[in-house]
Amino acid sequence: MATQNIAGVNIDVNDEGYLNDPSQWTKEVAIEIAKEEGIELTDKHFEVLEFLRDENEKSSTLTIRKVGKSGIVDIKGLYDLFPGGPLKKSSRIAGIPKPSSCV
Amino acid sequence: MKKILILGGGTGGTIMANKLRSALEREEWEITVVDQFKTHYYQPGFLFIPFGIYNKNDVIKPKSDFFPPGVKVIFSKIEMIEGKKNQVTLENGKILKYDFLIIATGTQTFPEETPGLKEDLWYKEIFDFYTIEGAIALRNFFKTWKGGRLVLNIAELPFKCPVAPLEFVFLADAHFHSLGIRDKVEITYVTPLPGAFTKPRATKMLSGLLEEKNINVIPEFYLERVDNKEKKIISYDGQEVQFDVLTIVPVNMGNEVIERSGMGDDLNFIPTDKHTLRSEEFENVFVLGDASNIPTSKAGAVVHFGADVLFENLMSAIEGRPLIAKFDGHANCYIETGFGKGSIIDFNYDTEPLAGTFPLPGIGPFGLLQNTKFNHYGKVIFRWIYWHILLRGKELPIGPDMSMAGKKL
Repeated sequence: MATQNIAGVNIDVNDEGYLNDPSQWTKEVAIEIAKEEGIELTDKHFEVLEFLRDENEKSSTLTIRKVGKSGIVDIKGLYDLFPGGPLKKSSRIAGIPKPSSCV
Repeated sequence: MKKILILGGGTGGTIMANKLRSALEREEWEITVVDQFKTHYYQPGFLFIPFGIYNKNDVIKPKSDFFPPGVKVIFSKIEMIEGKKNQVTLENGKILKYDFLIIATGTQTFPEETPGLKEDLWYKEIFDFYTIEGAIALRNFFKTWKGGRLVLNIAELPFKCPVAPLEFVFLADAHFHSLGIRDKVEITYVTPLPGAFTKPRATKMLSGLLEEKNINVIPEFYLERVDNKEKKIISYDGQEVQFDVLTIVPVNMGNEVIERSGMGDDLNFIPTDKHTLRSEEFENVFVLGDASNIPTSKAGAVVHFGADVLFENLMSAIEGRPLIAKFDGHANCYIETGFGKGSIIDFNYDTEPLAGTFPLPGIGPFGLLQNTKFNHYGKVIFRWIYWHILLRGKELPIGPDMSMAGKKL
């Protein structure tokens, strides 16, 4: 575990830069992390992030398909918003754990 | 008369029917199994059919051979499950009431979910090996194939038996070697996962084997569609992979009755308590195996271990006691690696596959995360064990909980 100063606040993150505690997340934190990923956040991004945080709260397993059926974006749209590993990047920016694909 | 209703007469439903019938008084409990199909397939055997190692007769038996006397069996489609009314409606409108329900309706492949998959080239140059039809069609294709680009692609997670696609490419490597045309066959493994497998140590071992066998791996490829004219698969982020023959693991989803009944998640898998195996929605409904959404492999081994836990908890529920048996997500997979060798992995929710010996600590005879001849014999013998011991709900010398004994950290 490490502490990182993001947007002026000390945040607990793991080795891969995912927040350990989703409640430490703020919009400012999201904007900073997104910058590291090379993404500038729009309202559409935030809609996806809120959806991910809600689903995570319900402790449901997140998949790209589920986001695609959310009514916010389709799968292609999700790739456009978070290019290259959309679920991993969006989860990191949303301050929730890295999605674990089941085996 | 009290009633237990079991939906699905596959591996899970059959094991439960056997266990429950020997435990419960016939005068007190009526046990009914509903399934739409009469044939029981030994699904681990499908993998061997494309390479001519098994044929159809090696993997089929009538389901009715495996149900014990005193269990009522109805062959019918299921129209609706109504948990609030404790009843299930069959296709012909007949209503079955229950005191306890076990749902073991499994997972199926849905190639229609991917645009272009089930079109012109389906069963001509595009095949699956998760159905008997697909496995046999691929067998016939390989008989006259002279070589080219063989691509294996996994369309979506989760899917049944996560090691099967790896075994497929390992066996393909060995098969084309023995035909003397391996140098004319380019094998590519295309997966949405970041590597060969999800668990780090197993991925390391399996990646080594893939490299040794000259099999290309393309990770993080999430299939959008198949182009039948240009013969290529295309991912959502625009990657393209050309094929001459495509072996696909189609999107896996739970049975459609789960969707009709409004009981499933976005892939029609039923939200289930991963420790007690009870439905999260209804107290008198249990879910076994692939039909559930528990975060472990969709595989027969998991069903077998889960059945022990479900049985204990169902007996507790019948007697009004708390559910104390806890499933740990135990999975145990043989991995055929070709040339008469195999590997074994053993893991659960919390522990990734580790090296060691299995099932006897320090002795084996199987070597975990190793590539040995003995492991292959285990896979060969397992078919007999499946038909004669496992389906009949008899004891095997491996308990439901994963053991750390014999494993190296």
